[in-house]
Amino acid sequence: MLTELWNDAEGGFHPASAPDFLPGSALREVQLRRLRAVVARAYKNVALFRSRMEERGLTPESIQSLADIQHLPFTVKTDLRDTYPFGLFASPMSDVVRLHASSGTTGKPIVVAYTREDVEVWSEVMARTLASCGLHRGDILQNAFGYGLFTGGLGAHYGGETLGATVIPISGGNTDRQIMIIRDFNVSALCCTPSYFTHMIERARELGVDLRELPLRIGIFGAEPWTDGMRRHIEAEAGIKAYDIYGLSEIIGPGVASECSAQEGLHLFEDHFYPEIIDPETGEALPDGEEGELVLTTLSKKAMPMIRYRTRDITSLITEPCACGRTLRRMRRIGRRSDDMFIIRGVNVFPSQVEAALLAVEGTLPHYRIILTRDQGLDRMAVEVEVTPEVFSDKIKALEDVRTRLAQAIEHILGIRVELRLVEPRSLARSEGKAKRVIDRRNEGK
Amino acid sequence: MKLQQLSLFLENRPGRLGAPLEAIAAEGINILTLSLADTAQFGILRLIVREWDKAKRVLEEAGWVVNLTEVVAVDLLDRPGGLAQALKILEGANLNIEYMYAFSLRRGDKAILIFRFEDPDRAIQVLLDKGLHVVDGDELMSFVS
Repeated sequence: MLTELWNDAEGGFHPASAPDFLPGSALREVQLRRLRAVVARAYKNVALFRSRMEERGLTPESIQSLADIQHLPFTVKTDLRDTYPFGLFASPMSDVVRLHASSGTTGKPIVVAYTREDVEVWSEVMARTLASCGLHRGDILQNAFGYGLFTGGLGAHYGGETLGATVIPISGGNTDRQIMIIRDFNVSALCCTPSYFTHMIERARELGVDLRELPLRIGIFGAEPWTDGMRRHIEAEAGIKAYDIYGLSEIIGPGVASECSAQEGLHLFEDHFYPEIIDPETGEALPDGEEGELVLTTLSKKAMPMIRYRTRDITSLITEPCACGRTLRRMRRIGRRSDDMFIIRGVNVFPSQVEAALLAVEGTLPHYRIILTRDQGLDRMAVEVEVTPEVFSDKIKALEDVRTRLAQAIEHILGIRVELRLVEPRSLARSEGKAKRVIDRRNEGK
Repeated sequence: MKLQQLSLFLENRPGRLGAPLEAIAAEGINILTLSLADTAQFGILRLIVREWDKAKRVLEEAGWVVNLTEVVAVDLLDRPGGLAQALKILEGANLNIEYMYAFSLRRGDKAILIFRFEDPDRAIQVLLDKGLHVVDGDELMSFVS
Protein backbone atom coordinates (compact mmCIF):
# COMPACT_ATOMS: atom_id res chain seq x y z
CA MET A 1 0.00 0.00 0.00
CA LEU A 2 2.81 2.31 0.88
CA THR A 3 4.32 1.99 -2.57
CA GLU A 4 1.17 3.55 -4.04
CA LEU A 5 2.52 6.76 -2.61
CA TRP A 6 5.64 6.43 -4.76
CA ASN A 7 6.47 9.68 -6.49
CA ASP A 8 3.75 11.54 -4.68
CA ALA A 9 4.14 15.08 -5.91
CA GLU A 10 2.69 16.42 -2.67
CA GLY A 11 5.44 15.50 -0.31
CA GLY A 12 7.29 12.59 -1.71
CA PHE A 13 7.03 9.19 -0.21
CA HIS A 14 9.77 6.77 -1.07
CA PRO A 15 9.78 3.08 -0.07
CA ALA A 16 12.93 3.80 1.88
CA SER A 17 10.81 6.09 4.07
CA ALA A 18 8.69 3.20 5.39
CA PRO A 19 10.48 3.10 8.78
CA ASP A 20 9.52 6.73 9.30
CA PHE A 21 5.96 5.54 9.80
CA LEU A 22 6.53 2.39 11.88
CA PRO A 23 4.28 2.06 14.92
CA GLY A 24 6.25 2.96 18.04
CA SER A 25 6.25 -0.56 19.48
CA ALA A 26 7.67 -2.05 16.27
CA LEU A 27 10.31 0.66 16.20
CA ARG A 28 11.40 -0.14 19.78
CA GLU A 29 11.75 -3.82 18.86
CA VAL A 30 13.98 -2.95 15.90
CA GLN A 31 16.02 -0.62 18.11
CA LEU A 32 16.60 -3.21 20.85
CA ARG A 33 17.59 -5.94 18.40
CA ARG A 34 20.02 -3.62 16.63
CA LEU A 35 21.39 -2.17 19.86
CA ARG A 36 22.30 -5.62 21.15
CA ALA A 37 23.97 -6.48 17.86
CA VAL A 38 26.01 -3.30 17.67
CA VAL A 39 27.15 -3.54 21.29
CA ALA A 40 28.25 -7.13 20.69
CA ARG A 41 30.07 -6.07 17.55
CA ALA A 42 31.89 -3.16 19.22
CA TYR A 43 32.75 -5.31 22.25
CA LYS A 44 34.26 -7.96 20.04
CA ASN A 45 36.21 -5.69 17.67
CA VAL A 46 37.02 -2.38 19.38
CA ALA A 47 39.60 -2.65 22.17
CA LEU A 48 38.77 0.74 23.74
CA PHE A 49 35.09 -0.09 24.01
CA ARG A 50 35.72 -3.59 25.33
CA SER A 51 38.05 -2.39 28.08
CA ARG A 52 35.55 0.27 29.17
CA MET A 53 32.82 -2.39 29.31
CA GLU A 54 35.06 -4.67 31.36
CA GLU A 55 35.90 -1.86 33.79
CA ARG A 56 32.19 -1.62 34.50
CA GLY A 57 31.73 -5.38 34.71
CA LEU A 58 29.52 -5.34 31.62
CA THR A 59 29.19 -7.79 28.76
CA PRO A 60 26.96 -7.54 25.68
CA GLU A 61 24.48 -9.75 27.59
CA SER A 62 24.00 -6.89 30.05
CA ILE A 63 21.78 -5.20 27.46
CA GLN A 64 18.34 -6.66 27.98
CA SER A 65 16.23 -3.58 27.35
CA LEU A 66 16.63 -0.18 25.68
CA ALA A 67 16.87 1.40 29.13
CA ASP A 68 20.03 -0.65 29.78
CA ILE A 69 21.85 1.64 27.33
CA GLN A 70 22.33 4.01 30.27
CA HIS A 71 24.87 1.62 31.79
CA LEU A 72 27.14 1.82 28.75
CA PRO A 73 30.18 4.10 28.71
CA PHE A 74 30.12 7.32 26.69
CA THR A 75 32.29 7.90 23.65
CA VAL A 76 33.69 11.41 23.20
CA LYS A 77 35.39 13.26 20.38
CA THR A 78 38.82 12.94 21.98
CA ASP A 79 38.45 9.14 21.80
CA LEU A 80 38.59 9.50 18.01
CA ARG A 81 41.65 11.69 18.27
CA ASP A 82 43.38 9.41 20.76
CA THR A 83 42.87 6.40 18.52
CA TYR A 84 43.76 8.29 15.31
CA PRO A 85 43.52 7.19 12.60
CA PHE A 86 41.91 3.73 12.64
CA GLY A 87 41.69 2.71 16.30
CA LEU A 88 37.89 2.61 16.58
CA PHE A 89 37.29 0.56 13.43
CA ALA A 90 35.27 -2.61 13.97
CA SER A 91 35.84 -3.93 10.45
CA PRO A 92 39.03 -5.02 8.72
CA MET A 93 40.21 -2.52 6.09
CA SER A 94 39.29 -5.05 3.40
CA ASP A 95 35.63 -4.46 4.29
CA VAL A 96 35.96 -0.67 4.42
CA VAL A 97 34.95 0.97 1.14
CA ARG A 98 35.16 4.63 2.16
CA LEU A 99 37.00 6.95 4.54
CA HIS A 100 36.00 10.51 5.40
CA ALA A 101 37.69 12.93 7.78
CA SER A 102 36.86 16.13 9.60
CA SER A 103 38.80 18.50 11.78
CA GLY A 104 39.43 17.55 15.40
CA THR A 105 40.21 19.49 18.55
CA THR A 106 43.94 19.74 18.07
CA GLY A 107 44.25 20.22 14.35
CA LYS A 108 44.51 16.50 13.67
CA PRO A 109 41.50 15.26 11.74
CA ILE A 110 39.20 12.53 12.94
CA VAL A 111 38.69 9.66 10.54
CA VAL A 112 35.43 7.82 9.91
CA ALA A 113 34.92 4.59 7.96
CA TYR A 114 32.11 2.94 6.02
CA THR A 115 31.56 -0.60 4.81
CA ARG A 116 29.44 -1.14 1.71
CA GLU A 117 26.47 -1.79 4.00
CA ASP A 118 27.17 1.46 5.87
CA VAL A 119 27.12 3.40 2.59
CA GLU A 120 23.76 1.77 1.80
CA VAL A 121 22.34 2.81 5.17
CA TRP A 122 23.72 6.30 4.69
CA SER A 123 22.16 6.53 1.23
CA GLU A 124 18.86 5.34 2.70
CA VAL A 125 18.74 7.85 5.55
CA MET A 126 19.72 10.67 3.19
CA ALA A 127 16.99 9.58 0.76
CA ARG A 128 14.57 9.67 3.71
CA THR A 129 15.93 13.11 4.63
CA LEU A 130 15.29 14.47 1.14
CA ALA A 131 11.85 12.84 0.94
CA SER A 132 11.02 14.35 4.31
CA CYS A 133 11.91 17.78 2.87
CA GLY A 134 9.46 17.17 0.02
CA LEU A 135 11.76 15.91 -2.74
CA HIS A 136 10.79 13.08 -5.00
CA ARG A 137 11.82 11.33 -8.15
CA GLY A 138 11.98 13.88 -10.94
CA ASP A 139 13.37 16.66 -8.78
CA ILE A 140 16.58 18.27 -9.98
CA LEU A 141 18.84 18.58 -6.95
CA GLN A 142 21.78 20.95 -7.06
CA ASN A 143 24.19 19.66 -4.43
CA ALA A 144 26.35 22.57 -3.31
CA PHE A 145 27.70 20.81 -0.22
CA GLY A 146 31.44 20.35 -0.54
CA TYR A 147 32.58 17.06 -2.08
CA GLY A 148 35.68 15.46 -0.63
CA LEU A 149 36.69 14.46 2.87
CA PHE A 150 33.71 16.40 4.24
CA THR A 151 30.70 14.06 4.48
CA GLY A 152 28.14 16.63 3.25
CA GLY A 153 28.74 16.38 -0.49
CA LEU A 154 28.82 12.63 -1.00
CA GLY A 155 26.12 12.01 1.65
CA ALA A 156 23.60 14.23 -0.14
CA HIS A 157 24.75 12.89 -3.51
CA TYR A 158 24.06 9.23 -2.69
CA GLY A 159 20.80 10.13 -0.97
CA GLY A 160 19.59 12.06 -3.99
CA GLU A 161 20.40 9.23 -6.38
CA THR A 162 18.76 6.66 -4.06
CA LEU A 163 15.63 8.78 -3.99
CA GLY A 164 15.63 8.91 -7.79
CA ALA A 165 16.26 12.65 -8.05
CA THR A 166 18.59 14.07 -10.69
CA VAL A 167 21.72 15.14 -8.84
CA ILE A 168 23.98 17.95 -10.03
CA PRO A 169 27.29 17.43 -8.19
CA ILE A 170 28.40 21.05 -8.37
CA SER A 171 30.01 21.13 -4.89
CA GLY A 172 30.61 24.46 -3.10
CA GLY A 173 31.97 27.70 -4.51
CA ASN A 174 31.85 29.56 -7.84
CA THR A 175 28.64 31.37 -6.97
CA ASP A 176 28.02 32.84 -10.42
CA ARG A 177 28.08 29.37 -11.95
CA GLN A 178 25.77 28.07 -9.18
CA ILE A 179 23.23 30.74 -10.11
CA MET A 180 23.57 30.12 -13.83
CA ILE A 181 22.90 26.40 -13.32
CA ILE A 182 19.94 26.97 -10.98
CA ARG A 183 18.41 29.03 -13.77
CA ASP A 184 19.46 27.09 -16.87
CA PHE A 185 18.89 23.53 -15.54
CA ASN A 186 15.47 24.24 -13.98
CA VAL A 187 16.81 23.22 -10.59
CA SER A 188 13.96 22.48 -8.18
CA ALA A 189 15.92 21.73 -4.98
CA LEU A 190 19.26 22.83 -3.64
CA CYS A 191 21.36 21.83 -0.65
CA CYS A 192 24.25 23.68 0.97
CA THR A 193 25.04 25.53 4.19
CA PRO A 194 22.48 28.23 5.03
CA SER A 195 25.17 30.92 5.11
CA TYR A 196 26.32 30.03 1.62
CA PHE A 197 22.77 30.19 0.34
CA THR A 198 22.26 33.70 1.77
CA HIS A 199 25.35 34.65 -0.19
CA MET A 200 23.81 33.12 -3.32
CA ILE A 201 20.67 35.20 -2.75
CA GLU A 202 22.74 38.40 -2.58
CA ARG A 203 24.77 37.50 -5.65
CA ALA A 204 21.68 36.51 -7.64
CA ARG A 205 20.21 39.93 -6.94
CA GLU A 206 23.41 41.62 -8.14
CA LEU A 207 23.25 39.55 -11.33
CA GLY A 208 19.63 40.53 -11.87
CA VAL A 209 18.35 36.98 -11.32
CA ASP A 210 15.13 36.75 -9.30
CA LEU A 211 15.21 33.35 -7.59
CA ARG A 212 11.51 33.66 -6.75
CA GLU A 213 10.63 33.43 -10.44
CA LEU A 214 12.61 30.21 -11.01
CA PRO A 215 11.34 26.62 -10.47
CA LEU A 216 13.50 26.30 -7.33
CA ARG A 217 11.11 25.36 -4.51
CA ILE A 218 13.09 23.54 -1.81
CA GLY A 219 16.28 24.35 0.07
CA ILE A 220 17.92 21.75 2.32
CA PHE A 221 20.32 23.37 4.73
CA GLY A 222 22.66 21.95 7.31
CA ALA A 223 26.21 21.65 8.64
CA GLU A 224 25.91 24.78 10.80
CA PRO A 225 23.36 26.26 13.21
CA TRP A 226 20.98 28.84 11.78
CA THR A 227 18.09 30.79 13.17
CA ASP A 228 14.38 30.98 12.39
CA GLY A 229 14.99 34.59 11.38
CA MET A 230 17.43 33.40 8.77
CA ARG A 231 14.89 30.85 7.56
CA ARG A 232 12.25 33.55 7.07
CA HIS A 233 14.76 35.67 5.18
CA ILE A 234 15.74 32.76 2.89
CA GLU A 235 12.15 31.69 2.26
CA ALA A 236 11.01 35.21 1.43
CA GLU A 237 13.98 36.20 -0.70
CA ALA A 238 14.28 32.96 -2.68
CA GLY A 239 10.61 31.94 -2.80
CA ILE A 240 11.35 28.46 -1.43
CA LYS A 241 10.69 26.29 1.61
CA ALA A 242 13.86 26.02 3.68
CA TYR A 243 14.46 22.87 5.74
CA ASP A 244 16.98 22.12 8.46
CA ILE A 245 18.82 18.81 8.43
CA TYR A 246 21.24 17.43 11.01
CA GLY A 247 24.13 15.05 11.04
CA LEU A 248 27.74 14.64 12.06
CA SER A 249 30.61 12.70 10.59
CA GLU A 250 31.23 10.68 13.74
CA ILE A 251 27.74 9.18 13.47
CA ILE A 252 27.40 8.94 9.68
CA GLY A 253 27.44 12.44 8.17
CA PRO A 254 24.22 14.20 7.12
CA GLY A 255 21.17 11.97 7.48
CA VAL A 256 20.83 11.69 11.26
CA ALA A 257 17.73 13.88 11.48
CA SER A 258 15.60 16.02 9.20
CA GLU A 259 12.73 18.43 9.28
CA CYS A 260 9.49 17.57 7.51
CA SER A 261 6.72 19.64 5.96
CA ALA A 262 5.64 20.74 9.45
CA GLN A 263 9.01 22.48 10.09
CA GLU A 264 8.60 21.91 13.81
CA GLY A 265 11.62 19.94 14.91
CA LEU A 266 13.80 17.37 13.16
CA HIS A 267 12.75 13.71 12.97
CA LEU A 268 15.59 11.49 14.14
CA PHE A 269 16.09 8.40 12.01
CA GLU A 270 16.06 6.47 15.23
CA ASP A 271 15.86 3.03 13.65
CA HIS A 272 19.56 3.65 12.90
CA PHE A 273 20.57 6.28 15.46
CA TYR A 274 19.34 5.92 19.02
CA PRO A 275 18.98 9.31 20.75
CA GLU A 276 19.32 10.16 24.42
CA ILE A 277 19.37 13.52 26.15
CA ILE A 278 21.71 13.86 29.11
CA ASP A 279 22.73 16.50 31.57
CA PRO A 280 26.08 17.65 30.12
CA GLU A 281 27.49 18.25 33.60
CA THR A 282 26.53 14.99 35.32
CA GLY A 283 26.03 12.65 32.37
CA GLU A 284 22.64 11.59 33.82
CA ALA A 285 19.85 10.80 31.37
CA LEU A 286 17.12 13.43 31.26
CA PRO A 287 13.42 12.76 30.71
CA ASP A 288 11.85 13.41 27.30
CA GLY A 289 11.20 17.08 26.71
CA GLU A 290 14.02 18.36 28.88
CA GLU A 291 16.88 20.23 27.31
CA GLY A 292 20.33 18.71 27.45
CA GLU A 293 23.15 17.25 25.39
CA LEU A 294 22.23 14.93 22.55
CA VAL A 295 23.89 11.51 22.79
CA LEU A 296 23.67 9.15 19.82
CA THR A 297 24.30 5.44 19.39
CA THR A 298 24.66 4.06 15.87
CA LEU A 299 22.40 1.00 15.80
CA SER A 300 23.50 -0.42 12.47
CA LYS A 301 26.98 0.95 11.75
CA LYS A 302 29.46 -1.78 10.84
CA ALA A 303 32.84 -0.17 10.17
CA MET A 304 32.78 2.29 13.04
CA PRO A 305 30.03 1.80 15.62
CA MET A 306 29.59 4.70 18.01
CA ILE A 307 28.19 3.83 21.39
CA ARG A 308 26.65 6.72 23.33
CA TYR A 309 28.56 9.36 21.41
CA ARG A 310 28.38 12.78 23.06
CA THR A 311 27.55 15.26 20.28
CA ARG A 312 27.94 18.39 22.46
CA ASP A 313 24.82 19.69 20.73
CA ILE A 314 22.13 20.99 23.08
CA THR A 315 18.53 20.14 22.23
CA SER A 316 15.45 18.36 23.58
CA LEU A 317 13.29 15.52 22.28
CA ILE A 318 9.69 16.00 21.19
CA THR A 319 7.60 12.87 21.66
CA GLU A 320 4.21 14.26 20.62
CA PRO A 321 2.89 13.01 17.26
CA CYS A 322 3.88 15.13 14.26
CA ALA A 323 1.43 16.58 11.76
CA CYS A 324 3.33 14.84 8.94
CA GLY A 325 2.45 11.40 10.31
CA ARG A 326 6.00 10.24 10.96
CA THR A 327 6.29 8.28 14.19
CA LEU A 328 9.97 9.07 14.64
CA ARG A 329 10.70 11.29 17.59
CA ARG A 330 11.80 14.81 16.83
CA MET A 331 14.52 16.97 18.29
CA ARG A 332 14.38 20.73 18.49
CA ARG A 333 16.68 22.67 16.18
CA ILE A 334 20.20 22.99 17.55
CA GLY A 335 20.76 26.49 18.83
CA ARG A 336 23.92 26.00 20.81
CA ARG A 337 26.49 23.49 21.93
CA SER A 338 27.66 22.44 25.35
CA ASP A 339 31.18 23.46 24.43
CA ASP A 340 31.92 26.61 22.48
CA MET A 341 32.71 24.87 19.23
CA PHE A 342 31.72 26.83 16.18
CA ILE A 343 32.01 26.26 12.47
CA ILE A 344 33.56 28.86 10.24
CA ARG A 345 33.96 28.29 6.50
CA GLY A 346 33.36 24.59 7.05
CA VAL A 347 36.11 24.30 9.66
CA ASN A 348 35.22 23.16 13.18
CA VAL A 349 36.89 25.47 15.67
CA PHE A 350 37.17 25.00 19.41
CA PRO A 351 38.17 27.93 21.63
CA SER A 352 40.65 25.50 23.19
CA GLN A 353 42.56 25.55 19.89
CA VAL A 354 42.80 29.33 20.05
CA GLU A 355 43.85 29.07 23.70
CA ALA A 356 46.62 26.64 22.83
CA ALA A 357 47.98 29.12 20.29
CA LEU A 358 47.82 32.07 22.68
CA LEU A 359 49.46 30.04 25.41
CA ALA A 360 52.28 28.96 23.11
CA VAL A 361 53.14 32.55 22.24
CA GLU A 362 52.57 34.30 25.56
CA GLY A 363 53.44 31.62 28.08
CA THR A 364 50.31 32.49 30.07
CA LEU A 365 46.72 32.57 28.88
CA PRO A 366 45.51 36.13 28.41
CA HIS A 367 41.86 37.13 28.47
CA TYR A 368 40.53 36.86 24.97
CA ARG A 369 37.37 36.50 22.97
CA ILE A 370 36.49 35.39 19.50
CA ILE A 371 34.19 37.50 17.38
CA LEU A 372 32.51 36.04 14.33
CA THR A 373 30.97 38.31 11.72
CA ARG A 374 29.63 37.89 8.25
CA ASP A 375 30.46 40.26 5.46
CA GLN A 376 28.79 39.68 2.09
CA GLY A 377 28.25 36.01 2.83
CA LEU A 378 31.84 35.48 3.95
CA ASP A 379 32.47 34.54 7.55
CA ARG A 380 35.25 36.41 9.33
CA MET A 381 36.92 35.64 12.59
CA ALA A 382 38.59 38.17 14.87
CA VAL A 383 40.38 37.40 18.12
CA GLU A 384 40.65 40.14 20.74
CA VAL A 385 43.47 39.63 23.21
CA GLU A 386 44.04 41.73 26.30
CA VAL A 387 47.57 43.06 26.62
CA THR A 388 49.39 41.57 29.60
CA PRO A 389 52.47 42.91 31.40
CA GLU A 390 54.38 39.93 29.98
CA VAL A 391 54.02 41.07 26.39
CA PHE A 392 53.62 44.80 26.78
CA SER A 393 56.50 46.89 25.53
CA ASP A 394 57.09 50.59 25.05
CA LYS A 395 58.10 49.84 21.47
CA ILE A 396 55.54 49.68 18.66
CA LYS A 397 57.56 47.14 16.74
CA ALA A 398 57.65 44.74 19.69
CA LEU A 399 53.86 44.91 20.05
CA GLU A 400 53.33 44.47 16.33
CA ASP A 401 55.57 41.42 16.53
CA VAL A 402 53.43 39.99 19.32
CA ARG A 403 50.31 40.63 17.31
CA THR A 404 51.75 38.93 14.24
CA ARG A 405 53.02 35.96 16.20
CA LEU A 406 49.64 35.46 17.89
CA ALA A 407 47.80 35.67 14.57
CA GLN A 408 50.20 33.28 12.89
CA ALA A 409 50.00 30.77 15.73
CA ILE A 410 46.19 30.73 15.49
CA GLU A 411 46.20 30.58 11.70
CA HIS A 412 48.69 27.75 11.80
CA ILE A 413 46.42 25.63 14.01
CA LEU A 414 43.10 26.49 12.35
CA GLY A 415 44.17 26.98 8.76
CA ILE A 416 41.98 30.06 8.40
CA ARG A 417 42.83 33.74 8.46
CA VAL A 418 42.09 35.66 11.64
CA GLU A 419 42.21 39.33 12.47
CA LEU A 420 44.05 39.75 15.74
CA ARG A 421 43.36 42.82 17.85
CA LEU A 422 45.24 43.78 20.97
CA VAL A 423 42.90 45.38 23.48
CA GLU A 424 43.36 47.15 26.79
CA PRO A 425 43.63 45.16 30.00
CA ARG A 426 40.29 44.54 31.74
CA SER A 427 38.39 45.73 28.67
CA LEU A 428 36.79 42.35 27.92
CA ALA A 429 33.73 41.47 29.95
CA ARG A 430 34.29 39.01 32.79
CA SER A 431 31.51 36.60 33.51
CA GLU A 432 30.53 34.97 36.77
CA GLY A 433 30.43 31.45 35.46
CA LYS A 434 31.82 30.04 32.27
CA ALA A 435 33.52 32.74 30.22
CA LYS A 436 31.72 33.64 27.07
CA ARG A 437 34.58 33.25 24.64
CA VAL A 438 32.70 33.33 21.40
CA ILE A 439 30.54 36.22 20.18
CA ASP A 440 28.74 35.09 17.07
CA ARG A 441 27.30 38.04 15.16
CA ARG A 442 26.94 36.20 11.89
CA ASN A 443 23.17 35.97 11.96
CA GLU A 444 22.48 39.43 13.33
CA GLY A 445 20.21 41.61 11.27
CA LYS A 446 18.89 38.64 9.34
CA MET B 1 71.65 60.23 34.55
CA LYS B 2 68.80 58.08 33.29
CA LEU B 3 65.13 59.02 33.51
CA GLN B 4 62.23 56.69 34.24
CA GLN B 5 59.61 56.71 31.53
CA LEU B 6 56.15 55.17 31.96
CA SER B 7 54.48 53.50 28.97
CA LEU B 8 50.83 52.55 28.69
CA PHE B 9 48.93 50.47 26.19
CA LEU B 10 45.92 52.20 24.63
CA GLU B 11 43.43 51.09 22.05
CA ASN B 12 43.29 53.47 19.13
CA ARG B 13 39.75 54.74 19.51
CA PRO B 14 38.18 57.98 20.66
CA GLY B 15 38.42 58.83 24.34
CA ARG B 16 41.10 56.33 25.29
CA LEU B 17 43.81 58.90 26.00
CA GLY B 18 41.78 60.85 28.55
CA ALA B 19 41.28 58.16 31.18
CA PRO B 20 44.90 57.53 32.26
CA LEU B 21 45.70 61.26 32.18
CA GLU B 22 42.75 61.97 34.44
CA ALA B 23 43.80 59.18 36.79
CA ILE B 24 47.21 60.72 37.43
CA ALA B 25 45.88 64.28 37.42
CA ALA B 26 43.53 63.29 40.24
CA GLU B 27 46.63 62.42 42.28
CA GLY B 28 48.16 65.82 41.55
CA ILE B 29 50.89 64.40 39.37
CA ASN B 30 52.12 66.79 36.69
CA ILE B 31 53.25 65.48 33.33
CA LEU B 32 56.59 66.91 32.23
CA THR B 33 56.26 65.59 28.71
CA LEU B 34 54.61 62.82 26.77
CA SER B 35 54.71 61.13 23.44
CA LEU B 36 52.08 59.05 21.71
CA ALA B 37 53.06 56.36 19.23
CA ASP B 38 50.25 54.77 17.35
CA THR B 39 49.24 52.22 14.75
CA ALA B 40 45.80 51.88 13.18
CA GLN B 41 44.75 49.55 15.95
CA PHE B 42 46.57 50.54 19.13
CA GLY B 43 48.86 53.16 20.62
CA ILE B 44 51.53 53.51 23.28
CA LEU B 45 51.44 56.52 25.58
CA ARG B 46 54.86 57.40 27.00
CA LEU B 47 55.03 59.72 29.98
CA ILE B 48 57.74 61.50 31.89
CA VAL B 49 56.39 62.57 35.26
CA ARG B 50 58.00 63.78 38.42
CA GLU B 51 56.66 61.09 40.75
CA TRP B 52 56.93 58.18 38.40
CA ASP B 53 56.64 55.48 41.08
CA LYS B 54 53.44 56.98 42.45
CA ALA B 55 52.05 57.48 38.94
CA LYS B 56 52.88 53.88 38.08
CA ARG B 57 51.08 52.61 41.15
CA VAL B 58 48.02 54.79 40.50
CA LEU B 59 47.78 53.64 36.90
CA GLU B 60 48.28 49.99 37.72
CA GLU B 61 45.64 50.12 40.41
CA ALA B 62 43.29 51.59 37.82
CA GLY B 63 43.95 48.54 35.66
CA TRP B 64 46.51 49.75 33.13
CA VAL B 65 49.49 47.72 32.09
CA VAL B 66 52.43 50.03 32.77
CA ASN B 67 55.92 49.50 31.54
CA LEU B 68 58.93 51.24 33.07
CA THR B 69 61.78 52.16 30.72
CA GLU B 70 65.00 54.03 31.26
CA VAL B 71 65.46 56.88 28.80
CA VAL B 72 68.06 59.60 28.37
CA ALA B 73 67.38 63.35 28.16
CA VAL B 74 69.86 65.31 26.10
CA ASP B 75 70.23 69.06 25.95
CA LEU B 76 70.87 70.24 22.38
CA LEU B 77 71.49 73.58 20.73
CA ASP B 78 68.15 74.80 19.42
CA ARG B 79 69.35 75.81 15.96
CA PRO B 80 69.57 74.22 12.52
CA GLY B 81 71.83 71.20 12.64
CA GLY B 82 71.71 70.85 16.42
CA LEU B 83 69.98 67.48 16.33
CA ALA B 84 71.82 66.31 13.24
CA GLN B 85 75.10 66.81 15.03
CA ALA B 86 73.98 64.72 18.00
CA LEU B 87 72.68 61.98 15.75
CA LYS B 88 75.98 61.88 13.92
CA ILE B 89 77.76 61.24 17.20
CA LEU B 90 75.38 58.43 18.10
CA GLU B 91 75.64 56.91 14.65
CA GLY B 92 79.42 57.08 14.80
CA ALA B 93 79.35 55.09 18.03
CA ASN B 94 76.95 52.54 16.55
CA LEU B 95 74.28 53.37 19.12
CA ASN B 96 70.83 52.23 18.16
CA ILE B 97 67.95 54.64 18.87
CA GLU B 98 64.69 52.78 19.50
CA TYR B 99 62.72 56.03 19.35
CA MET B 100 63.00 59.68 20.41
CA TYR B 101 60.76 62.64 21.05
CA ALA B 102 61.16 66.30 22.00
CA PHE B 103 60.70 67.61 25.48
CA SER B 104 57.94 70.16 25.69
CA LEU B 105 60.03 72.89 27.22
CA ARG B 106 63.10 74.74 26.15
CA ARG B 107 65.85 76.30 28.15
CA GLY B 108 67.26 79.43 26.59
CA ASP B 109 68.83 78.42 23.32
CA LYS B 110 68.65 74.72 24.16
CA ALA B 111 66.03 72.10 23.29
CA ILE B 112 65.71 68.88 25.24
CA LEU B 113 65.15 65.58 23.49
CA ILE B 114 64.23 62.23 25.04
CA PHE B 115 65.98 59.20 23.58
CA ARG B 116 65.16 55.53 24.04
CA PHE B 117 68.41 53.60 23.44
CA GLU B 118 69.05 49.92 23.32
CA ASP B 119 72.04 50.57 25.57
CA PRO B 120 71.41 53.76 27.57
CA ASP B 121 74.56 53.53 29.73
CA ARG B 122 76.92 53.40 26.80
CA ALA B 123 74.92 56.16 25.06
CA ILE B 124 75.38 58.46 28.05
CA GLN B 125 79.10 57.77 28.09
CA VAL B 126 79.44 58.56 24.39
CA LEU B 127 77.38 61.75 24.67
CA LEU B 128 79.37 62.99 27.65
CA ASP B 129 82.66 62.15 25.97
CA LYS B 130 81.60 64.30 23.01
CA GLY B 131 80.76 67.19 25.28
CA LEU B 132 76.99 67.03 25.04
CA HIS B 133 74.87 67.79 28.06
CA VAL B 134 72.84 64.92 29.45
CA VAL B 135 70.05 66.21 31.68
CA ASP B 136 69.41 64.14 34.77
CA GLY B 137 66.17 63.83 36.67
CA ASP B 138 66.84 66.44 39.36
CA GLU B 139 67.97 69.02 36.84
CA LEU B 140 64.92 68.33 34.68
CA MET B 141 62.60 68.78 37.63
CA SER B 142 64.27 72.08 38.50
CA PHE B 143 63.16 73.56 35.16
CA VAL B 144 59.53 73.00 35.80
CA SER B 145 59.17 73.81 39.44
